[in-house]
Amino acid sequence: MARILWAEIVKTFLKKRTYLGFLVVVVIVPLVEVAFKVEGGRFLRVATRNLANDFFILGNLFNGWFVSYQVMMALWIHVPLLITFVAGDMLAGEATGGTYRLLLIKPVSRTKVLAAKYLTTVIYVVLFVAFLGVVSVGLAIALLGTGDLVVIQRGILVLPSDDVAWRFIVAYILAVAPMLTVASIAFFVSSFVENAIGPIIATMGLIIILTVVTVLPIEAFEGVREYLFTYHMMVWQKVFTDPVNWHGVMASLLNLAFYTGAALTGAWIVFLRKDVLT
Amino acid sequence: MSEPVLVTHSLGKRFGSRWAVRNLELEVRRGDVFGFLGPNGAGKSTSIRMVLSLIRPSEGDVTIFGHPLRTERAAALRRVGGIVERPDFYLYLSAIKNLEVIGSLSGGVPRRRIEEVLDLVGLLARSRDLVKTYSHGMRQRLGIAQSLLMDPELVVLDEPTNGLDPQGMKEVRELIRSLARDRQKTIILSSHLLHEVELVANRMAIIDQGELAVQGTVEELLQRGISAVLIRATPQRTAEAVCRRTRGVGRVTRQGPDLRVEVPADAVSRLVAALVRGRVKVEAVKPVRSLEELFLSITEQSQVR
Repeated sequence: MARILWAEIVKTFLKKRTYLGFLVVVVIVPLVEVAFKVEGGRFLRVATRNLANDFFILGNLFNGWFVSYQVMMALWIHVPLLITFVAGDMLAGEATGGTYRLLLIKPVSRTKVLAAKYLTTVIYVVLFVAFLGVVSVGLAIALLGTGDLVVIQRGILVLPSDDVAWRFIVAYILAVAPMLTVASIAFFVSSFVENAIGPIIATMGLIIILTVVTVLPIEAFEGVREYLFTYHMMVWQKVFTDPVNWHGVMASLLNLAFYTGAALTGAWIVFLRKDVLT
Repeated sequence: MSEPVLVTHSLGKRFGSRWAVRNLELEVRRGDVFGFLGPNGAGKSTSIRMVLSLIRPSEGDVTIFGHPLRTERAAALRRVGGIVERPDFYLYLSAIKNLEVIGSLSGGVPRRRIEEVLDLVGLLARSRDLVKTYSHGMRQRLGIAQSLLMDPELVVLDEPTNGLDPQGMKEVRELIRSLARDRQKTIILSSHLLHEVELVANRMAIIDQGELAVQGTVEELLQRGISAVLIRATPQRTAEAVCRRTRGVGRVTRQGPDLRVEVPADAVSRLVAALVRGRVKVEAVKPVRSLEELFLSITEQSQVR
């Protein structure tokens, strides 16, 4: 199994397409964070205007933590697209390239081949999220330093400077879960199509539809909303509350695990029964 | 008679309501160069894909080296190498890296062995180049190298000369002969090119419209083919008339300066005697009993059906 996994890692990480997401991060994160620095604290001043009427705000609230948090909020909608570029290509790419005919005539079970491909997808997702975290947080702190973190969600929460770093670490670890769900769905679609565009469009289409259902304030959607994985995509945000609602975090992770497991099981069933005709 | 290494039992594949292959009973024995012939669309590739577990049969099973493919897939395929149709590879990897990746699925392969098979197909000098820079012929040869990587006992080659120039086709034929003769490989050679198969195979099967038409040694199949002779004789018109009058002679057609006369092998001498008696000067009598005759008769019969 280790050799098959190694082969998948070699194939995936020697492919240029794999680095597309990393390239986007390298371009867009500095762009946004430098823009934040140039813009100064205007965004924060607008957001905390009402608060400033009643309180004296001391210290540097416009800092690297704040910008990192905002970048994470903004990018998290787009990161799934970058993930699907690779996850959607894992199986469909073999069909497109005709290389299923090389792999699946070997004396190794299709389950092992699929497992190696999925583990490679997991490795990619973890590396990508970690890279995004390191670039985003590292650059923001380098540009703007640290300080207390102002979290603007339903209200305004100020987290002390020495209570923030661990939250970012845990947030990025948790952020892997929804990205794995997205990758698994793309992987599933990838198992029965013969072109990587299909999984990308299908996965992003599903995310858009379910996100609309999740955010639209329509009563008919109330009952189903919390069962949709899109409702739990921002699970990492739950770490930036005080105290942290760990029960809510676990509920979100369970939901995401369910969708991930279902997609992976679906991919497994399709892959085992697949006739290679390309 | 040597032991069978690959046997198919009532093998069939249905796509929707259409049977692409049905009731296929093949038997390939150790040491065979087994030609698997059929016109385009006859079901050759579907059969080969079932044998190599790329397609799940709708009915029947394949047994390789005594292991049923359905239940003991890994054991069945352990001593099998193959290429199926086009030689597709990871274009962004070198030939060496491609073979390393493919070899890892069979438990890994030493670099020395990779270089050995690349040398065998004449690609060692280009082994570090990306496959996307290879010509079609080079990719075809890399496909053969890939099929030999794990030193399999049974090599399945599906249309291995497709897209090759005449020199490349000759080289592949020689390679197949050498694999069988010098390395004792059993080879299944699927092709729609009759001449190619006839030149290297000792046993063969012809498939048509998804069903096995005939199977046996080349000699056996040649006996079953229509026996004909090409006769060069003057005057040709008289010769033609004599042929048509002679008992046991079938169709007589002109082929340039020759007459093509369908006649059983044991009646040829009687025909020549009749020609001599008819004051015809017989210059040459050349037997025409190629697989093409058999192949065409089978496929023409099925078209009539």
